Amino acid sequence: MSLIRYESQVRPPLVVGDKDYHQVTEDVCRPVEARPTKLWWIGFIISVFLLCFGIYSVYREVTYGVGQWNLNRTNGWGWDITNFVWWIGIGHAGTLISAILLLFRQGWRTGVNRAAEAMTIFAVMCAGQFPIWHMGRVWDAFFVLPYPNTRGPLWPNFNSALLWDVFAISTYFTVSVLFWYSGLIPDVATLRDRAKKKWRKMFYGVTAVGWTGSTKHWQRLEALALVLAGLSTPLVLSVHTIVSFDFATSVVPGWHTTIFPPYFVAGAVFSGFAMVQTLLLVTRKVLNLEEYITIEHIDVMNKIILLTGSIVGIAYLTELFVAWYSANPYENFAFWDTRANLNSPYGWAYYCMMACNVLFPQIFWIRKMRRNLMVTFFMSVIVNIGMWFERFVIIVTSVHRDYLPSAWGPYYSPTIWEIGFYLGTFGLFFTCYFLFVKFFPVVAFAEIKHILKRSGESYKNQMGELEHESMEDFANIHGHDHGA
Amino acid sequence: MAVKKFITGCFDDEAVLFPAVKQVRKKGYKIHDVFTPFPIHGLDKAMGLRDTSLHVAGFIYGITGTATALGFITWALTYDWPINFGGKPFFSLPAWIPITFELTVLFSAVGMVWTFCWLCQLAPFVKKDHFNPRSTDDLFVMALECTDKTNEAESLSFLQSLGAKDVQVQHKETGWWWGRYDKERKIFEPKAEKVH
Repeated sequence: MSLIRYESQVRPPLVVGDKDYHQVTEDVCRPVEARPTKLWWIGFIISVFLLCFGIYSVYREVTYGVGQWNLNRTNGWGWDITNFVWWIGIGHAGTLISAILLLFRQGWRTGVNRAAEAMTIFAVMCAGQFPIWHMGRVWDAFFVLPYPNTRGPLWPNFNSALLWDVFAISTYFTVSVLFWYSGLIPDVATLRDRAKKKWRKMFYGVTAVGWTGSTKHWQRLEALALVLAGLSTPLVLSVHTIVSFDFATSVVPGWHTTIFPPYFVAGAVFSGFAMVQTLLLVTRKVLNLEEYITIEHIDVMNKIILLTGSIVGIAYLTELFVAWYSANPYENFAFWDTRANLNSPYGWAYYCMMACNVLFPQIFWIRKMRRNLMVTFFMSVIVNIGMWFERFVIIVTSVHRDYLPSAWGPYYSPTIWEIGFYLGTFGLFFTCYFLFVKFFPVVAFAEIKHILKRSGESYKNQMGELEHESMEDFANIHGHDHGA
Repeated sequence: MAVKKFITGCFDDEAVLFPAVKQVRKKGYKIHDVFTPFPIHGLDKAMGLRDTSLHVAGFIYGITGTATALGFITWALTYDWPINFGGKPFFSLPAWIPITFELTVLFSAVGMVWTFCWLCQLAPFVKKDHFNPRSTDDLFVMALECTDKTNEAESLSFLQSLGAKDVQVQHKETGWWWGRYDKERKIFEPKAEKVH
């Protein structure tokens, strides 16, 4: 078989094993077409149970008011906004993989982008719950939208960071869904054409929206993907920037810092990649996709975790330095007396964050650790715990002791219904993820086929043959623009 | 919307497909389409298709979003109901940049996807004829449109000589119709006229 593209032998293959196009289709479609396993049912039922607990917690909150949570006039934001920022941050890795790595032409994204984008969508769905239910009178939630009303009309405050959030997150969700689904269409069409059962033909026939694989359609789809990637790249940076503005535009010591936008974006990518690792390490094992989501993919993602974790670490140290350098007593108090002080009420959370986010990820300097599945899985959980504490530290330590000691709040800890709400979003997230892996291909196999002859193991091994072709053959076969 | 006659051939390697496309065009055949399981860079150029202008549409939708956001916020906060927020000017442009940016992206993305679906005629319950179901799996299926002058036997053997497998003459619908993939019939059958 003649070869299309040449890639350096130094680069390890991204698809392991002797695969041809049909084998790729078979491998990825098998879990979708088989009956759900026992493991799938167990996971799904636990997720639905958690979701129900979350729904009940929210029901309590709506019925009896925000008083069901341990918030008060001083600690106005607690677990809810912490969880909101945490989930939205997790979503960012999916967009980074699908958009930014597309622009950088990183071939390895093809193995993981579909699952990561799905993770983005589900994480944003979970994140959106928190500010909505936090409103208390949730039936008036539509007041945030600028619609013609009988009160003037009175428009929302477009100068407010909280309204920017409404626009940023709804745009982010919409664009992520469009990007994910447009990439999914060709793969769903494959499932439709392979379908034997009536309901499968019906379901995938509808969801594949009449895709045929025409060359013109592919050309348009690629143009669409490229522009959507170009739009999503600044979008994803803007979303967490705007989330950080919720804090940075206030005058609360500990929130009022200009470093927040880049620091939040780096933290978001950091936690998002950790969540991708958690999900994919299990997914690749359970669905037998180790040949597509290889140890190389895991290695690369661990490098990104190391990089972004270190950026976050530098940001923490910069904050401490600037608090001292500013000579502002309130800033100094917020950073040195309430945070980086083990004797303060929340000092334990600060050091927990430091250890999980800055110290432990340094283990990934060692190649052996980056390629160790157990270490990676363990670290991915640690990082997400650390990133949860980061948001908790930022939100709670700053508000519970700000300017006047007379206004300081009591020690804040959540009620069972706050915890239940958080667990409920886990239920929502995993219920969606389980349904996704059951009904849709987890790996974007049209894109895998696209890189197969460049990065597939069996093809890479044959690349030496290229040298034996005559000049004329070479020009004939390779003499057109293949791009990257 | 018409059923036409096609000559189809399947290729299992893009390295065979590319020279075949060249040869077929040189011989003067009209390529109806090549159906591929994944995007093949350069195939559109080899087939003589022009570049898509989808990105131009994206730009136009984008600036529409920018104009909508800036125009609306300016109107609402400086003319319709100016409100004094902490003594800041009514026209406070820097504070409006985030929403302006978000709406630019939103309009551009939604508009482009809509245009993409419109151009490719994609929608739920849209049904189209397939030349070979494996064209979404591992085969590259080339369909040549037959005219009155086409010599079928010659075309079939020509396609075969270029490396195509499973060469056939097929009668297929070129357009789309409302239908479901688990049912043969169309959702809206044209009513048969009553014969008195």
